Amino acid sequence: MSVLWPAIRFAVNGEIREVYAPPMKRLLDVLREDLHLTGTKEGCGEGECGSCSVRMNGELVNSCLIPVLQAEGAKIQTVEGLAMNGKLHPMQEAFLQCGGAQCGICTPGMLMAAAQLLATNPHPNLAEIREGLAGNLCRCTGFMRIFESVVIAAADDSAAIAPEEARHAR
Amino acid sequence: MSTPATTRVVGAPVPRKEGVDKLLGRACYVDDIEREGMWYGATVRSTIPRGIIRSIAFDRSVDWSEFTVVTAADVPGENHIHLITADQPCLADGKVNHREEPIVLIAHPDRNKVREAVGAVQIEYDPLPAIFAIEESERQDPIVWGADNLIKSFLLEKGDVDSVWAQAAHIVEREYRTGAQEHLYIENNGMIAEYSAQTGVTVWGSLQCPYYVFKSLRSVFDLPEGKVRVIQTETGGAFGGKEDYPSNLACHAGLLSMKSGHPVKMVYDRMEDLVATTKRHPSRVRHRTALDGNGKLLAIDIDLATNGGAYATLSSTVLSRATLHSTGPYLCPNVRVHSRAWATNMVPFGAFRGFGAPQTIFAMERHIDEIAAAIGMDPIELRRRNFLHDGDTTATEQVMREPMIMDRLLDRALEESDYYAKRKRFAEENHARAVKRGLGVATFYHGSGFTGSGEVVLNSLAGVDVTPEGNVRVLVSNTEFGQGTNTILTQVAAEALGIDYARVTMAPPDTDEVPNSGPTVASRTSMVVGRLVERASLQLIALLREHAGLGANYTTEEFLAACERYRAAKGAVLSTCRYEAPPGIYWDDKKYRGEAYPAYAWAVYVAQVAVDTVTYSAEVEEFWAVQEVGRVLHPVLAAGQIEGGIAQGIGYAVYEKVVWQDGSMANNQMTNYIMPTAEDIPPIHVYFEQIPFRHGAYGAKGIGELPHDGPAPAILNAIRDATGLAFNSIPLLPEDLFAGLAPGQSAQSLQESVTL
Repeated sequence: MSVLWPAIRFAVNGEIREVYAPPMKRLLDVLREDLHLTGTKEGCGEGECGSCSVRMNGELVNSCLIPVLQAEGAKIQTVEGLAMNGKLHPMQEAFLQCGGAQCGICTPGMLMAAAQLLATNPHPNLAEIREGLAGNLCRCTGFMRIFESVVIAAADDSAAIAPEEARHAR
Repeated sequence: MSTPATTRVVGAPVPRKEGVDKLLGRACYVDDIEREGMWYGATVRSTIPRGIIRSIAFDRSVDWSEFTVVTAADVPGENHIHLITADQPCLADGKVNHREEPIVLIAHPDRNKVREAVGAVQIEYDPLPAIFAIEESERQDPIVWGADNLIKSFLLEKGDVDSVWAQAAHIVEREYRTGAQEHLYIENNGMIAEYSAQTGVTVWGSLQCPYYVFKSLRSVFDLPEGKVRVIQTETGGAFGGKEDYPSNLACHAGLLSMKSGHPVKMVYDRMEDLVATTKRHPSRVRHRTALDGNGKLLAIDIDLATNGGAYATLSSTVLSRATLHSTGPYLCPNVRVHSRAWATNMVPFGAFRGFGAPQTIFAMERHIDEIAAAIGMDPIELRRRNFLHDGDTTATEQVMREPMIMDRLLDRALEESDYYAKRKRFAEENHARAVKRGLGVATFYHGSGFTGSGEVVLNSLAGVDVTPEGNVRVLVSNTEFGQGTNTILTQVAAEALGIDYARVTMAPPDTDEVPNSGPTVASRTSMVVGRLVERASLQLIALLREHAGLGANYTTEEFLAACERYRAAKGAVLSTCRYEAPPGIYWDDKKYRGEAYPAYAWAVYVAQVAVDTVTYSAEVEEFWAVQEVGRVLHPVLAAGQIEGGIAQGIGYAVYEKVVWQDGSMANNQMTNYIMPTAEDIPPIHVYFEQIPFRHGAYGAKGIGELPHDGPAPAILNAIRDATGLAFNSIPLLPEDLFAGLAPGQSAQSLQESVTL
């Protein structure tokens, strides 16, 4: 059945991937089903909760709202692309230390939103952190420990560099 | 006394046990799992609130030969979900009692096709009259449940309330209401089932209570214990919402698997989860209170009613906890609480963090401020004059044997929030400003563990073992869903065993692997199950000392070496422990008298709120939470529990409104059901006082539900302080504030003016 669909090529976490999928299939489903990158989660399917957040061409997007055809040629980063060489990304390290993750289902999207925030604003103030994460709902933490995680990660200058960029920099 | 002066692991901020997996995105939730040859299931639901099913037709536009179709006729065992009352069918049989009731299940190899085919099943009904409000159920016409619509009632009495009214200096009467609340865990309900004649039924799913699901599967499939297996997958939030509903979903997926011969996955999307699964019980609480001239409570008379929905689910136990939390942390010689859970044709209500307590604590704590206003006393002073002290008796005549420190908690909360200075300043500033600020307080308790004799009935069994591979495991059926079960129970085991935290793991949450240590509910995991793990661990050390030469001091490696010597000499390295009630516990289930809970967590919360009289928004600006929860086992996780509970409580008070249509949720999307975001939650300041409880794990009491109890009354008390207006109903949305603040206007007229 897949041969009926045109090939769509894009880079995920620095690797070129080719999928054969209906052009209107959600990027979220392509990541999870076709590429088996199940770290990206579905929470609402309508762009409200941010659990499916990924970075695409340097922007934060809800992958449940992106038809895969729109990803043609794009550079995509998912939660699986944050840690490098078996070492947690400073943002992941900060979440672990500060209690930024509880049930963990919003965590991949929250990490991507936080990584995006630091990539565009390496030293955000609290108001900017709140605004930067306002599209990502967490029902467990009350957000306090997530804010603290971002503050701690922001103190580590390497946190602002997306792994994909770090890879190219080496 | 089990509380050592110092501990190595308990009380330390060790890393969350499953934290790295969650942060790497490799933690495995149910929708991340694929089984070989797996099909997808979907549910055809009733479109009317009550009626007789006349026919079920399958549209010929669909090739049904590709599908598996299941109805009530396919249920091999009993067609009801095993819980407290055998009233809720697994699949509707001949009649429906609420909208969205499951009637037909379908499965297909293609996830998209099965969703589309749901609409091609047409069900015709002969409608019957339906009821939705508590007041309609009270009229008992029509009767929609049992003989009288009454799911459960309690009468709690202390002293003689009616002897007091004539001599009271003040009598204050008010009515309070609370709305439904949706859990809004970010992971929807989901389950995978695999059935075979040889092995029976196995399910993997997002759930809180493996053995609840286990019992339901046994009765629906009529299978012996050895042919039912329940495995919890990583669970993305629960809050009580995955206490009972997973049993329904597991049975549904199991039936489809049995008939199709394939593993079947059923994962709800957000709209289905919101419309079909349980929510917090709406309530109506009427208070009539007598006081003497000094503001001392003479009598508390409470009439409590909850809306249970179409089936009993957990309504009786929710009502019990609501009843036992309705009179607050106050001494009163005469108490009467008459409580009733009423059946309606709403989608059934169920467990939600706090389990009835947030409803009645909202009423009591709002009422205290109403009394204060009515008798012209400072609400803080009124509370102080009535707090329970050492040796006092509660409404159930439980003698308070723990040190009572409400005054201390209150002092600290007032100091941390700078309460009196701020109140004075706000009172001066508010006159000239459109944005009016106020402070509100709530003082309350939450009982830890099951009510009354509940823990004895549960008879929980927990243990620790060491596998031949050297894995030190905690054996419990208590589950992790964000609150920290894995971390605190392995901390407790590591502490008691005297070994490294990193070496202790949780046995898989799988009914084939772990004993029934009871459900993960009721703020019982730290206190009750933790204590069992502590005792089992200490027992294991005693065994190793006696039979394997373990010395007084040892390293983790020496401990593991001793385990191997023990295995060679005696066999499996295993220690289990069964629940024993603390001594002197007495509870009369008929009269509702005695030790309602073995321990209580105590709290004083302060909310600072700004009410904008132009936009009619109420913004919580800052929040202070002082509590005594026994020993804090993990400072980061404990504070995270408090903050998360307060955020949900803020939502309950001023954001989250379920809109009903024919008894089901009309605003069943995250776009329309609004929870507070990162921009809405104020700074939350959390403080712990620690008084170790001698029957809890290393002194722990319950913590998980407490923080949901206080925010709503504190916030509405603050709004009263800011505006002078008493709002006695939640959720309180801007249109409700408008109706109160703009006299002569109603929320409806606002709606109309906005529409125009």
